[in-house]
Amino acid sequence: MSAIPPPLGLLAELTHRCPLGCPYCSNPLALEKRGDELDTATWQRVMREAAALGVLQLHLSGGEPAARRDLEDILATAAEEGLYTNLITSGVLLDRARLNGLASAGLNHVQLSIQHAEAGAADRIAHFQGAHARKLALAEQVREAGLALTINAVLHRGNLDAVAAMIALAEQLGAGRLEIAHAQYHGWALRNRAALMPEPAQVEESRRIVAEARQRLEGRMVIDFVAPDYHASRPKACMGGWGQRFLNVSPGGAVLPCHAAETIPGMRFERVTERGLADIWYGSAAFSRFRGTGWMPEPCRSCERREIDWGGCRCQALALTGDAARTDPVCALSPDHGSVLDAIAERAGDAVAWRR
Amino acid sequence: MSAAPSLAPQVRLRHDAARGQWVLLAPERVVVLDEVAHAILSRLDGRTTIDGIAAALAREYEAPPAEIAADVREALEDLHRKGLVRL
Repeated sequence: MSAIPPPLGLLAELTHRCPLGCPYCSNPLALEKRGDELDTATWQRVMREAAALGVLQLHLSGGEPAARRDLEDILATAAEEGLYTNLITSGVLLDRARLNGLASAGLNHVQLSIQHAEAGAADRIAHFQGAHARKLALAEQVREAGLALTINAVLHRGNLDAVAAMIALAEQLGAGRLEIAHAQYHGWALRNRAALMPEPAQVEESRRIVAEARQRLEGRMVIDFVAPDYHASRPKACMGGWGQRFLNVSPGGAVLPCHAAETIPGMRFERVTERGLADIWYGSAAFSRFRGTGWMPEPCRSCERREIDWGGCRCQALALTGDAARTDPVCALSPDHGSVLDAIAERAGDAVAWRR
Repeated sequence: MSAAPSLAPQVRLRHDAARGQWVLLAPERVVVLDEVAHAILSRLDGRTTIDGIAAALAREYEAPPAEIAADVREALEDLHRKGLVRL
């Protein structure tokens, strides 16, 4: 096996608190409580350790990262360390003054979520009255502050028919980048899967609309599209491969190869309060468990794509087969591929459990 | 194309000590630079024109200015299409 590369990106989940209730949230069903969150100084140490380890991109996320009043202090340390700083936000807790403060502290990029192109539908999905209007106002303020703006929309059955309108909205808001990602079924999204699962015809139509928009907007707005896993025949390299490119620190300080990894039974993830970030990245049992190709069963082990998709997503294998060490069933070569087809067929009513 | 090129807003040029390379950082993007790209981008100051950059590089590398100017223009136009450079 080749040498372990240093990580490129850190996803810092500062808190699980969030005023929105989106039913596709990737946070775990058991949300961490405020009293269990890392303190300011510890997050600042994490930023210094991440930079020393070779991290270049920092994603401040949550929950809603602005729910933490020390966001500015954590961000400032990251910026001083030379990290490129991305704030992934619902937007509803930010106003112009706070945004400008974040810009002064060294923020580079705001990734603002939208739930739909129309306020009524968007607020219903977010389970928060008035959220959409506040997001639109913030988008303008982000541009005025001279920050880079990405609009981020998670797609599911309830908003897939509005994909063209959401692209138009991102354009109108002056976003340099649009990220349209089909819901990935972890956490709350897994719980609400039957209500979120799109119709296959909707998926095809959305692919066509996105491809057309990409061509039309080339050079003006970058569109990153995350295709729906379940409707694919080959898996994605989840997080660029387990322990290959990214690490994630949970609100309480657990260091994870991906944000859903804690759902895998029998694994222990060390905390930044127990051991240094570099030691955990290079030396922990958890990061070694599914890194590289040595752990792979067939059909991955002898597959020519094994270092392209790294066997797909461990959490998806767990969710669909009960065993995180199997080939991601999204792959048509997986003996468990039928479980994906069953899940697609299990579309049920629109009632969801709101994240809380 | 006579205006002075510059990095696009919120695009950062920095040394990546952990991997011994120069990179451009932008939203969700890390672009690894070869020696030539770094030599060009480190001269973007919002005042120097493409011809000015090419002349400086031609002196430094003792290469024909016309050839260098074509290479510089091509490299910057490529980065412009990717949204990383303003021309």
